[in-house]
Amino acid sequence: MSSAEDLESFRQRARAFVRANLRPVSSTAFVDPLRNERTDEEELAAVARDREVQRMLFDADLAGICFPREFGGQGLSPAHQHVLNAELAGYEYPARLQAPTLSPCAAVLLDFGTDEQKRQHIPAILKGEEIWMQFLSEPSGGSDVAGALMTAVRDGDEWMLNGSKIWTTGAWWSDWGLCLARTNWEVPKHRGLTVFMLPIRQRGLDVHRIEMLNGSKEFCQEFLTDVVVPDTDRIGEIDDGWTVGTRWMFHERMLTNSPLVTVPMGDAHKGDGAAFVNRVARETGRLSDPSVRDLVGEAHMLDLTEGALRQRISEGIATGAMADQSAAIGRLFGGVVSARIRTIGFEIAGLAGAAWTDDDGELVHCGTDFLMRQVSCIGGGTTEMARNVISERVLGMPREPTLDRNVAFRDVPRNASPG
Amino acid sequence: MLLNLDRDQELFRETTAKLLDELVPVGELRRRRDDPDGFDNEYWRRGAELGWTSLLVGEEHGGGSIGGKGLVDLALVAYEFGRHAAPGPLVGTNVVVATLSEAGDSRHGAVISDLLSGGSIATWCLGEPEPNSPFDGIAMQIGVDGDEVVLNGTKRPVESGARADQMLVTGRTGDGVTQVLVPAGSAGVSVSPMHTIDMTRRFSVVRFDDVRIPSSAVVGEVGMAGEQVRRQLQRAVAIVNAEAVGAMQAAFDMTVEWAFDRYSFGRPLASYQELKHRFSDMKTWLEAGHAISDAATVAVASGSPDSEELLAAAKAFIGGYGSELMQDCVQIHGGIGVTFEHDLHLYLRRHTVDRALFGTPAEHRQRLCELVERHEELA
Repeated sequence: MSSAEDLESFRQRARAFVRANLRPVSSTAFVDPLRNERTDEEELAAVARDREVQRMLFDADLAGICFPREFGGQGLSPAHQHVLNAELAGYEYPARLQAPTLSPCAAVLLDFGTDEQKRQHIPAILKGEEIWMQFLSEPSGGSDVAGALMTAVRDGDEWMLNGSKIWTTGAWWSDWGLCLARTNWEVPKHRGLTVFMLPIRQRGLDVHRIEMLNGSKEFCQEFLTDVVVPDTDRIGEIDDGWTVGTRWMFHERMLTNSPLVTVPMGDAHKGDGAAFVNRVARETGRLSDPSVRDLVGEAHMLDLTEGALRQRISEGIATGAMADQSAAIGRLFGGVVSARIRTIGFEIAGLAGAAWTDDDGELVHCGTDFLMRQVSCIGGGTTEMARNVISERVLGMPREPTLDRNVAFRDVPRNASPG
Repeated sequence: MLLNLDRDQELFRETTAKLLDELVPVGELRRRRDDPDGFDNEYWRRGAELGWTSLLVGEEHGGGSIGGKGLVDLALVAYEFGRHAAPGPLVGTNVVVATLSEAGDSRHGAVISDLLSGGSIATWCLGEPEPNSPFDGIAMQIGVDGDEVVLNGTKRPVESGARADQMLVTGRTGDGVTQVLVPAGSAGVSVSPMHTIDMTRRFSVVRFDDVRIPSSAVVGEVGMAGEQVRRQLQRAVAIVNAEAVGAMQAAFDMTVEWAFDRYSFGRPLASYQELKHRFSDMKTWLEAGHAISDAATVAVASGSPDSEELLAAAKAFIGGYGSELMQDCVQIHGGIGVTFEHDLHLYLRRHTVDRALFGTPAEHRQRLCELVERHEELA
């Protein structure tokens, strides 16, 4: 490997590329994928543009900053990624290729994939050719991930998968799925799981788009019926899927803290952050009201504190000063802060939070954002699960008693009615 | 506190912690409950020897920092002060000596070296009776009369007001802000003790009735001290933030230990999910408090353009969420948590007073809104 590029010349190179090739975006142009603001055609066009931008980054040696060079990455440091994030501020970027494609999916591939699997997929991901989804949650239960009912049965060099996965954002335009499945029902639940990868567009795999309460149809559910997966597409050992799964969920909790992910600085919260609250306050014309100013101040306080906390955790985990499980601290704070900021936006919007017209500018979001508020505390592992992880894994408090630990999974009590 | 200190910083923090353990252990704090002084000279002098008073002062004036960013080093001392609920004029002396040394004239040379050595202490007279606000409502009058300045007004609460050898008084001259260094015992200055929830620090009301001081005691220029005051406030807020986080850490650690040791219904408190989840929230607020305090301190020390916003966010967050953490620690202790016998209240007191000093959480939220608005107008 050649000696690492120094940060300053990297910055110059990134800046030159960004300014010459990418489209600037205004702070109000952000579209939350869950806000139901685009037609399907517009969404597909945006996906195509994301792939195109990812390819441009790849060709300019700016994709996969912290991915190994042998798999098409740049083999640089998190500090380089940080510089790229800073240079991208105010410009378009391939938002749909970050989470879950680059992390957790590609991150899990890097951790557990065979050389051949990495060679087949990591460069394709970095070129924008493959968008990945997590086939993790199931309709039978979201938090109890190890209780997966998706079944994989071996037949020679192949596996046959049957079951259902849910809460995949954008599976209808995605390419590959990373799938946790049960391969052994005769052992306790954590010991009978295996991880596979599979193409999403194939016979036997039906993608159903779920309509959320605000009309968004980006969340999907997949139904797998006799889907065949070659054994060469298994990731990690048979029945050892929980080793993979544990790491997988660590990457998931890292969210945008992960150095594998590109997020323009200041963009993590463009849709629901403090800047949005400012615009709402201006729109209502109530920015001189001290109670509104207090709320605007609170939103900024939370936003700035969350940014500082993210940095502390990411630095702490990178240097070993904090346990990996501390990622749950960032996840918990992020979820709660986002929900609170949406509440603040709704509060300031006043009557326009309940009924609005198309002329109401930013206010048009406040009502539905508030109804959808809890998404930030549910998606990506609930805040309750994060609280379990923090108390048990970070503070070392006793684990919750479970009734399924030393029992064959077949004998574990399940939902009264399936699904 | 910063996660990754270099070796010298870590050694400095540890030495500070050891000195506090040795000189002001909890028993000593309790013993001095009704002592009007709160601490003795020897304690402060030994701290000064270690560097507690010299971090914000340049080497040319006899000071010096450890890592090149004095405020970051001072925040380590402040953090340990919070963790030990330690007494002593950390804010006053440091803020005053920094301003004197920056004022860059030789008039205050002797005062500076006495403050650095710990032989004397200083306090900053900023706060005033309600509804005056340290941010925009200073009423204290500093008039000019020939080669003298004349001070009239009331300052409160003034930390270590009865002990301080030097008082830096912030007041108004017409539309401008002026600061004057007033030696203790000057004619017309009267100091009376205040009641306080703090057990280790002492606060006074200081009245200035036609106090006449030579103009040479003006720090900087008459009417031109706005920038000085702004920097002093930044430093004071950074110090009390780090202190408050130290107090949060002490209370949290104590309560975690309690949760493991205390059994009810045959199991430790730490095994109840309701309590585990509250501990997780508290741990999150604590880490967030560390993070925003450090980010703000580093920003101020580096002269970063976002330092004012980060500081206001830190003061508001640590005060607001920190109080919830402290009171939840009390709640989880149960009745013992509100007794004098238990040590928890020492840290609760420290955090609570720090919350109120140099702007409440509500004032800092208002300020943050103002800063953001200004920022947007410039953008």
